[in-house]
Amino acid sequence: MNPIISAKNVTFAYPAYEGETTQTVLDDVSVDIHPGEFVAVLGHNGSGKSTLAKHFNAILLPSGGTVWVAGIDTRVEDRIYDIRQTVGMVFQNPDNQLVATIVEEDVAFALENLGVPPAEIRTRVDDALRSVGMYEYREHSPHQLSGGQKQRVAIAGVIAMRPRCIVLDEPTAMLDPMGRVEVLSTIRDLNREHGITVVLITHYMDEAARCDRVVVVDSGKLLLDGTPREVFSHVTVLKEVGLDVPQVTELAYELRKAGCRIPDDIIFEEECVDAVAALLEGSHVDH
Amino acid sequence: MSIIKTEHLTYVYSPDTPYRKTAVSDVNLEIGEGDMVGVIGHTGSGKSTLIQHFNGLLRPTEGKIYVGGEDMWQNPKEIRRFRFQVGLVFQYPEYQLFEDTVYKDISFGPRNMGLSEEEIDRRVRHAAAFVGLKEKHLQKSPFELSGGQKRRVAIAGVIAMSPRVLILDEPTAGLDPKGREMILGQIREYHEQEKNTVLLVSHSMEDVAKYAKTALVMNQGRVFMYAPVEEVFSHAAELTELGLSVPQVSRVFLTLAGRGYPVSSNVFTVEQAKRELLRALAEGGKQNA
Repeated sequence: MNPIISAKNVTFAYPAYEGETTQTVLDDVSVDIHPGEFVAVLGHNGSGKSTLAKHFNAILLPSGGTVWVAGIDTRVEDRIYDIRQTVGMVFQNPDNQLVATIVEEDVAFALENLGVPPAEIRTRVDDALRSVGMYEYREHSPHQLSGGQKQRVAIAGVIAMRPRCIVLDEPTAMLDPMGRVEVLSTIRDLNREHGITVVLITHYMDEAARCDRVVVVDSGKLLLDGTPREVFSHVTVLKEVGLDVPQVTELAYELRKAGCRIPDDIIFEEECVDAVAALLEGSHVDH
Repeated sequence: MSIIKTEHLTYVYSPDTPYRKTAVSDVNLEIGEGDMVGVIGHTGSGKSTLIQHFNGLLRPTEGKIYVGGEDMWQNPKEIRRFRFQVGLVFQYPEYQLFEDTVYKDISFGPRNMGLSEEEIDRRVRHAAAFVGLKEKHLQKSPFELSGGQKRRVAIAGVIAMSPRVLILDEPTAGLDPKGREMILGQIREYHEQEKNTVLLVSHSMEDVAKYAKTALVMNQGRVFMYAPVEEVFSHAAELTELGLSVPQVSRVFLTLAGRGYPVSSNVFTVEQAKRELLRALAEGGKQNA
């Protein structure tokens, strides 16, 4: 299958002010996102991960190299609507993304701008709100909602446009633990139940561990790309670039360093419990 | 001696309306001078409402609050005096920067305190150094800085007022792991050098376990627990039920202890987990030797 997003040798530099040197943010990045994938992009602040994400729906255009969205070069100006309808974007701060005073009007905003017929808007808004679990709140005002609920409304606004792919730039960074859980399970449903391709930019390692694939960006370059298990096995590399690994991965790593026999590809809690239990059982038998 | 003391502190939002909501209810608390307190509780637990009382942003509906032994609301006209003693750094403080240079922004508080230019200058540089801002940053516009740097400018602005109590509401929200450790490390260093009182509001039990001495757990507007960190965190199972985000290793150890393995269920950091396991393994070995 053709990739839904394809970046080839992408370089990006913000234009310099007079007397300053340009800063290269992305340096020769090539990556393909395939339909139906759930990909996490990791990187510390300033690594270029958000800049990369903004190339995925033509908010930014590459200074060098090419980005194709559903086969369309993002530099082709008159295809910008097709590109943005294919790949929708959700940002970090829910308060900056809601524009209307009523939840359902907010979700309808983009559709009205696109000139979708009113009856169709009604169906799409209802569907979108149901799929993020916010249908009961359709007549509420956004300011009465919690952070997690607001973020789910923002997601509904994007999926009402029926995109094939959504890119979320740290959608849970400003949420409390409960809001994080709500938003993540919503995103997972959209991927599993509705087949929407998801690119999740995050620095929560436990979120990345649950994705199909993890891409790590550092200093504008692609550092690692693989399954969560493969990527998180590089504990020292990740620490060097200022990232963490899930606590259970780090614990297994530390225990191995201390001479314990424990697998090196633990990324989930349940696996850690089982592995540690096996160790404890072993200590009774061995000695 | 306690620097902050509350007696039957109660706060009701929108009293006499259908939206009446009691956010803080009958809180009796003493915070010792020089302590570093982690304040935890999920959204709606009353923790933010409570800390806004500590520098007089909110006036209790009922009950009293004392700062340095003085009744804060004895004379409401003098409330400003207390605001210089208790500095509050809000969530996402970087949105509150407004001056055209970092220097001016940090000096805003000390200038309002009516200090001399020399003293203001000394304090700005001292505060900037604490949060790791360099000389070259001081003449820049705060809006040219990165998000993490902006946040440190905002924290410096409060530190520059030399408050006896520094309260930070979720100072690491939205930061990456490196940024989180940097800010918390700087706050700890500040606390150790200045010997003042610090209150750190956080969702993260891991951060509180790592950085605070005492933990205050709020739930449904009341004090759920207030004790040394080790003691509070020896109730891991109860804390989990409050809807707090429990570190992954804590959940692992709760499960292991629940299954009858001889390990403590009160583990919050990877370091603790490692030590506890190596101990259990060594003892397991001894028992069967």
